Amino acid sequence: MCLAIPTRIVELLPDEMARISLDGVSKVISVALVDNLAVGDYVVLHVGYALARIDEAEALATLELLREAAQLGAAP
Amino acid sequence: MKHVDEYRDGALARGVARRIAEEAQPGRHYRLMEFCGGHTHAISRYGVEDLLPENIRMIHGPGCPVCVLPMGRIDDAIRLAARPEVTLCTYADLMRVPASGATSLMKAKADGADIRMVYSTLDAIAIAEKEPDREIVFFAIGFETTTPPTALAIRLAQKKRLRNFSIFCNHVLTPAAMQAILEAKEGVEIEGFVGPAHVSTVIGMSPYRRFATDYHKPVVIAGFEPLDVIQAVLMLVRQINDGRSEIENQYRRAVTETGNNKAIDEMAEIFELRESFEWRGLGEIPRSALRLREPYAQFDAERRFCVVTLPARDNPACECGAILRGAKRPQDCKLFGTACTPETPMGSCMVSSEGSCAAHWAYGRFRQIERRKAS
Amino acid sequence: MNKHEPLGRKLDLRHGRVDLSHGSGGRAMARLIADVFHAAFDNDWLRAGNDQAAFDIPGGRMAMTTDGYVVSPLFFPGGDIGKLAVHGTINDIAMAGARPLHMSASFIIEEGFPLADLSRIAQSMGEASREAGVPIVTGDTKVVERGKADGVFISTACVGVVPAGLELSGDKARPGDVILLSGAIGDHGVAVMSKRENLSFETEVLSDTAALHELVAAMVAAAGASIRLMRDPTRGGLAATLNEVAHQSKVGAQIDEASIPVAPQVAAACELLGLDPLFVANEGKLVAIVAPEAADALLAVMRAHPLGARSARIGEIVADEHCFVQMTTRFGGGRIIDWLSGEQLPRIC
Ligand code: SF4
Repeated sequence: MCLAIPTRIVELLPDEMARISLDGVSKVISVALVDNLAVGDYVVLHVGYALARIDEAEALATLELLREAAQLGAAP
Repeated sequence: MKHVDEYRDGALARGVARRIAEEAQPGRHYRLMEFCGGHTHAISRYGVEDLLPENIRMIHGPGCPVCVLPMGRIDDAIRLAARPEVTLCTYADLMRVPASGATSLMKAKADGADIRMVYSTLDAIAIAEKEPDREIVFFAIGFETTTPPTALAIRLAQKKRLRNFSIFCNHVLTPAAMQAILEAKEGVEIEGFVGPAHVSTVIGMSPYRRFATDYHKPVVIAGFEPLDVIQAVLMLVRQINDGRSEIENQYRRAVTETGNNKAIDEMAEIFELRESFEWRGLGEIPRSALRLREPYAQFDAERRFCVVTLPARDNPACECGAILRGAKRPQDCKLFGTACTPETPMGSCMVSSEGSCAAHWAYGRFRQIERRKAS
Repeated sequence: MNKHEPLGRKLDLRHGRVDLSHGSGGRAMARLIADVFHAAFDNDWLRAGNDQAAFDIPGGRMAMTTDGYVVSPLFFPGGDIGKLAVHGTINDIAMAGARPLHMSASFIIEEGFPLADLSRIAQSMGEASREAGVPIVTGDTKVVERGKADGVFISTACVGVVPAGLELSGDKARPGDVILLSGAIGDHGVAVMSKRENLSFETEVLSDTAALHELVAAMVAAAGASIRLMRDPTRGGLAATLNEVAHQSKVGAQIDEASIPVAPQVAAACELLGLDPLFVANEGKLVAIVAPEAADALLAVMRAHPLGARSARIGEIVADEHCFVQMTTRFGGGRIIDWLSGEQLPRIC
């Protein structure tokens, strides 16, 4: 459930709105639920609202963990 | 796509899957319920189960708000839409869900009801502003992910003094449903949960604590991309092997311990708990759904139009309840593939493409055949 | 113009609207046909002013098709209902390997429809038909009361000739045959959706609407005998087309997700709306099922044509009593591609 997708903020607009972009597709969304967003931030977008900011450092850490696990499980 | 494609890397997934196969102990059963339809979707769309060893079984949970909405509530929505003054705004997902007497919103629309598909609550507000002579009712459904946007819409309607906007509230709570599954009298056969992704971005990790402490079930909150799911499976296998039951967070990039406080506060301001609410396939669950608080009564379509939900019964042969608890599989249901198909769904598990029966229809049949060929 | 105007005043193509008199068979209708349709489609048959067109036909087998067009919105990035009608009808003939010759068009117009839009649609049709070399030789116009149609509906027919010896048909796919696709999928559906009310997203994706008969002619000339069948994956997308073929031929299909071209913007829009490009409509793509030994040669011919530059080999036909279309995902797993129960709607969950 809850189809949501990471998108990048490209412009902050009045009334707690923002323009996002996803590979050349752009859309105006509400950012009323997330404070202190800046252009360039990635947010989780659901039904026209940003729900959470994506933490770049945590994303990298997760990918690193995945790579480690995959290496440990590398074919003999 | 950034923060998307990285988590769809098949080679990396196969590496992690080999790791899972090494660590999963033969002779042990790992029955893991992914609560959310989002996980179910990722599992079937990417073929994640093909990568997992035989003794790890994914059980598709009830985490699709469309599937768990009782038929009686769809009937209510159709009755609302049939009122000449009402324009019903709905997420497209609900259009084809079967209601009593083989109707649906799609059919009601064809019969002349003013039903419009919207992508966001903001669209519904815009319609209310543009058409002040119509009564705009937003068909609000969804878990804690979809609830804050509804709360904001109410606020906006209040600020704009919209007198013709209300919501038909069907928002439900995830932890309550997980608990109901664990407390089923008939017993549960689940060793661990892949926990909600986007729900958790809102509610954080703490609401799941009781599943570890009171029920001794490990929960790993995971993102909706296939690598997220696979990593969560590995984390669950490790917890089960170690005899641990903890709440772990695989989806750290978006989920924090405390969640989104602003969204939580908005929800608390506008909504309150219902005593009890019916979930399709699971029955009545106490304190599992929300309704508008008294100060917002004017925005409550249920009060405004005196909605009285009439009971509507699913087919008694439908095994959704047992399937959702992991006790049965879709192929154990007599109706599967005969009376019940995605075109003519009889139960909630077949309704949305994320339901267990629908996933098995689209995908599992093929796995079964492959297995037969292989053996 | 002549002082003596037998059809009365010229239409106000800028501000005028269609009214019921334009469908009544009288002078107003004649005026509409002259100013809008004949002006746009201009050819000898129409100029003759008969209720039918007569023409010589080359010998051999004929192909005939009819099609109806309803699209909302009527104008979308990369095209409009008129262009779509011409291309779609030609493509239905072309998928038989046939050369389209002449087509007809009939219009059902809603009272109040702006003449400017009607004329724009007619101009666009005329242009598409001239470009394709398939004249619109006869037609009809009806006007219905406001509310009884959605702007304008177009229904068409087309005849063509099938080259001798060629017999493409949906039941001819055999295990081992190769599945070729002429380019990236989903453009048309996404372009149309981007302009739908309430979905409000912006993209530069254009509809892929195009007449494919020349691409087809090149393929037929190169290795016609090796082509089992061709289809254009319109409504229901590639998924519906492959399922149709599987059921008609009583075979299965095995495709490879990584080999199916999808433009990044189309993938992104689908991601946003919860759609799957496999089910999204195309209007200028074809799927060809061909004998394995000719696949490489045909692929080269397709790629050499501007409308097939991104052609790809996406899989093969397999023996399967269940007629399943299976896909190896980019991720490495397997998945069944079923038909849809209805139109694909945007999802929130
Ligand atoms: S197959 Fe249909 S009837 Fe049977 S359990 Fe699933 S949804 Fe219910």
